[in-house]
Amino acid sequence: MANELLFFMEVLVGGLLAGTMYSLVALGFVLIFKASATFNFSQGAMVFFSVLAFCGFMQDFNIPFVLAFILAALLMVVVGLCTERLVLRPLMNASEDTVLMATIGLGYVLEGLAQAAWGVEVRRLDLGIGDFPVPWIADNLKLFISALDITAGLVAAIMIIGLFLLFKYTKIGLGLRAVADDAGAASSIGIPLKHIMLLVWSAAGVVALVAGCMWGARAGVQFALVDLALKALPVLIIGGFSSIPGAIIGGLIIGAVEKILEVYIGPFFGGAIEGWAPYVLAIFFLLYRPEGLFGEKIIRRV
Amino acid sequence: MKPIFMTYTKKDLINLAVCMVLSVLIIPTFIKTEYWYTSILIPWLCLALATIGQQIVMGYTGQLALGAAGFMAAGAFAMFNLILRVPDLGFVGSLIVSGLIAAAFGILFGLPSLKVRGIYLMVATLASQFFIIWMIDKFGWFKNYDSSGIITAQDIVILGKPFTTPLAMYFVCLAVTTILTLLAMNMARGSTGRNWMAVRDMDIAAESMGVSLLRTKVQAFAISAFYCGVAGALFAFCYLKSLEPVAFDIKLSFKILFMCILGGLGTINGAFIGAAFILLFPVLLNAIGNNVFHGAIDATIISSIEQVIFGLLMIIFMIYEPLGMAKLWENLKQSLRSKLFSSGIKNLKSSAQKSE
Repeated sequence: MANELLFFMEVLVGGLLAGTMYSLVALGFVLIFKASATFNFSQGAMVFFSVLAFCGFMQDFNIPFVLAFILAALLMVVVGLCTERLVLRPLMNASEDTVLMATIGLGYVLEGLAQAAWGVEVRRLDLGIGDFPVPWIADNLKLFISALDITAGLVAAIMIIGLFLLFKYTKIGLGLRAVADDAGAASSIGIPLKHIMLLVWSAAGVVALVAGCMWGARAGVQFALVDLALKALPVLIIGGFSSIPGAIIGGLIIGAVEKILEVYIGPFFGGAIEGWAPYVLAIFFLLYRPEGLFGEKIIRRV
Repeated sequence: MKPIFMTYTKKDLINLAVCMVLSVLIIPTFIKTEYWYTSILIPWLCLALATIGQQIVMGYTGQLALGAAGFMAAGAFAMFNLILRVPDLGFVGSLIVSGLIAAAFGILFGLPSLKVRGIYLMVATLASQFFIIWMIDKFGWFKNYDSSGIITAQDIVILGKPFTTPLAMYFVCLAVTTILTLLAMNMARGSTGRNWMAVRDMDIAAESMGVSLLRTKVQAFAISAFYCGVAGALFAFCYLKSLEPVAFDIKLSFKILFMCILGGLGTINGAFIGAAFILLFPVLLNAIGNNVFHGAIDATIISSIEQVIFGLLMIIFMIYEPLGMAKLWENLKQSLRSKLFSSGIKNLKSSAQKSE
C-alpha cells in the first residue's frame, strides 16, 4: 500500500513538474493575449526559433553561454519588433480569425527561417543540469524527481511572480491592462500603443526562449518542439486565455492528469494516450466552463 | 442569371464542359509522362477534394477547424477495412461508406462547435486529429495486424475491371472529384449553403431568423468530414498506394488549411487553385534549385525556404486580400472585362464622332 501511494506520489509530482514546462509555453500566449486580445499561434514556433538560435550561437560561433542567451533574447526582441511593424499594425482592424491565421503564417516563417539558418538536425542543449533523479530527494523522500523538472518549476515560479508583479504594480502593467481592455481608449489618453505591443512581444519572445531552453535540455532542440508547444493550447483553455496564474494552474492540471492517465489507464489501450488526452480534457472544460478557470467571462455583442 | 438545371446556370454548364474537355480529352492526349499523373494530377484532385471539405466547414460555415487530415485518415483506413472485410460492397460502395464513417467522426468532433468558436474550436478539432491517428496506430485491427506499419493498398477494381495504371487512377479521381464538386456547388448555392453562410456571418442573428444552429453546424461538419474521408481514401489508394497513419499527421492538416485560406475562403474554385499552388510551388522551387543553382542549395534549405514563402504569403494575403487567390482571379477577370468593355465604349464614341 505504502509503495503504491509512493508510486502515485511520484507520478503526480513528476506530472506536476512536467506541467510547469507547458505553463512556460502557455505564459507566452497569455502575455500577448492579455495585451492585444490576439491569439498568437506562432508561440510554438517562437520557442523553436529562439532556442535554435541560442544553440546556433553557442555551438556554431562558440559564443559563451550567457552572451549567447543575451544575443538570442535580443534576436527575439527584433522578431517582436518586426512582427509588430509588419504583421500586427496592418491588421489592426482585422477580425480575430484573420489575425489568428496571420500568426499561423508567422509561425511558418519562423520555423522555416530557423531551419534555413541553423539546419534541421537535432541539437543537444546542455544547461549543466542533469535530467536524472536528485539523489538527496531520492534518498530521503523515496521520490525520484528529475533535477531538470525542479529547475523548470523554479524558473516558472520566478517568471510568474515577476510577471504578476509587473502587471499588478507597475505603470507599464497598468498600461498593458488598459490596452487589453480597450486599445482605442488607451491610446486616446496617451498610452503609447506601439511601445506596449513591442514590449509584450519581446517579453513573449524571451519567455519562449526560456521555455525552449527547458524543453531543449530535455528532448533535444528539434522540430518536434513546435508540436509539443501545441499542448499549451489545452493548458490555456483550462486556465483561461487571459490569466497568468491560470496558465500555471492549467499547466499543472494538464501535466498531472496526462501522467496519471498514461500510467494508470494508458496500458489498457496500448499507451501513448498523452498525445490526445489533454485535448479531450480541454473539450470537457469547453463544454462546462468555456472561459477557463480564471478567464474573464466571454460576452459577445450581437 | 437563371438556373437551368438545379442551381447551375448556363455559365456553369459551359465552364463544366470546358473543364471536362480539358481533363478528359486534352490532358490524356498531350500528357504521356507518368510523373504528371502520379505526382501532380492525382494528388491535386485528392487534396482539392479535401480542401472543399475544409471550405465547407471553414469558408462557408465559418468554423475554425484544423483536423482535415484526421478525417482523411479515418476515410482511408475505413476503405482499407471495407475492401478487406466486406468485398461485396465494391469500390464505389466502399468509397461512399468510408466517407460516411468519416462523417460520423465529423459529427462527434463537430459537437463542441455548438458551444465554442474561434481558437477554442480549433483546439477541440485538434483532439480529433490526434485521437483518430492514435486510434488507428494503437489498435491492430484497423491495420489488419500488420506489423510493418505500412500496408499496401489493395488494387482498385470497379465492376470487375482493374484500374491500376496511372491514367486509369486519374480518371477514377477525376470522376469522384467532379461529382462531389458539382454537389458541393449545388449545396453551397441552395438553402443548405445559405444556412451555412448565415451562421458564418452572424450565428445569433441566424438563429433568431429560425436557422437551427445545431442542425446547420453538425451538418456542415458531417459533410466536410465526408468529403475529407473520400479524399483520404482516394489519396491513399490512388496516390500513396499504401496506408500509414503518419501520412495523415498534423502537417497535412495545416497544408489543407493553407490551401483553403490561400485559395480563397468560401469559394469552391479557390480549393482547386489553392491545392494547385501549394502542390506545385515546391516542385517549382526544386526545379529552380536544380536547374538554376545546379543543386548548390541543399534540399533541406529549399524546403525551409518554401515554408518561409508559404508563411509570408499567408501574412500578405491576410493583410491585402483575405479572400485569397480566387478573389485575385475574380479581380483580374473583372478588370479585363471592364477594359474590354470601356474600349468598346470608346470605339462606339469614335465611330459616332466620325458619323457626325
